[in-house]
Amino acid sequence: MPAGPSVAVPAGRQRGGSRLRAVKSDDLESMSVLADPVRRELYRFVASQGRDVGRNEAAEAAGVQRTLAAFHLDKLVDAGLLEAGFRRLTDRTGPGSGRPAKVYRRAAGERAVSLPPRDYRTPALVLAEVVGLLGGDEQAEAAARRAGERMAAGTEGAGLVEVLDARGYEPYEEGGRIRLRNCPFHLLAEEHPLLVCSMNLAMCEGLLAAREERGVTAALDPRPGECCVAFTRDAGGSKNNQD
Amino acid sequence: MHLAQLNIAHLLEPIESARLAGFVAALEPINAVSDVAPGFVWRMKGGDLPTDVVRHQYGDHLLINLSVWESRTSLWNFVYRSPHLGVLRRRRDWFHRAAEPYSVMWWVPEGHRPPLDEAMGRLGLLRSRGAGPEAFTFKEFYEPSSPAASRPAAAEARK
Repeated sequence: MPAGPSVAVPAGRQRGGSRLRAVKSDDLESMSVLADPVRRELYRFVASQGRDVGRNEAAEAAGVQRTLAAFHLDKLVDAGLLEAGFRRLTDRTGPGSGRPAKVYRRAAGERAVSLPPRDYRTPALVLAEVVGLLGGDEQAEAAARRAGERMAAGTEGAGLVEVLDARGYEPYEEGGRIRLRNCPFHLLAEEHPLLVCSMNLAMCEGLLAAREERGVTAALDPRPGECCVAFTRDAGGSKNNQD
Repeated sequence: MHLAQLNIAHLLEPIESARLAGFVAALEPINAVSDVAPGFVWRMKGGDLPTDVVRHQYGDHLLINLSVWESRTSLWNFVYRSPHLGVLRRRRDWFHRAAEPYSVMWWVPEGHRPPLDEAMGRLGLLRSRGAGPEAFTFKEFYEPSSPAASRPAAAEARK
């Protein structure tokens, strides 16, 4: 859905680092590591779990041998796209329980590549600051709602989860609700959480309204490390509630 | 070191008024969230009831929140990554728009329970001199006293 040759590999908290330049050469390097389809599959799988993933599990998901998966996973760690750690994957302890297994999860840093170089973050941060100075939160929310409504255009054939996925939210089901693992506006939300989370909610509400998603409600339910919005389906919710 | 935070808000109407009913209703559930939040250390209480607000001599209609946390992350996660965010969004329904800084942080030794005059002093410092190691904010954050404490982490990163 995003236009142009722009790739973003998001994740957790990050301060500073890649703000130094719009596109760093090592961001470009780390992207080239993903040129291998097996690595891409392994990256996608680990990133989508939102937890530590062992080598066996990753190998199975990618349909490759464990040793090959281990090789590629470690390449992804070298490139800074994944982080590795050691953890016992069983509850057994003491002699005979074996060594802790090597596990992987998505790296906390944020990588962005845009060719030619583009920098939308800096003006976004400036504008967010101005909204705060002008006390323009309500207008910002109204504009975000309209943006959400526009996002609905052309998505009639897709389910809500599919649309959220295409927008980078990484939706997943939990207890009958749709939660969002990734905040696509992470960096901005870290600097201006109240404004950006309110705008995000309004955008999601606009999207629901324009798609006529009856029986689905967006609400703030923030958790550490995730997007602030969750969707609830009313009992007996109707149209577009299947994915 | 632990992180202390003072928050003040000027109520639009007395706390007993109908206008503030929604806020008062949120006190108990939100205090319950804070008290079990990871990294929560202490907060100043106005009394035994969950709806008892802190009494003070800093003027009528001034609501005061004073708490201590283990780290920036733990405080951040409570303020912005918990049901507290929803209450924060409704601030304009209950509080005056603040022209001056209304929130300040500073490092305290573990076990220290900052009295209100210390907290108000830090807010005064922030208002008069801007952020520094003795009084700072999320946006201009200072790590606890180390050689690097003389420069703000956030400002450094923005260069």
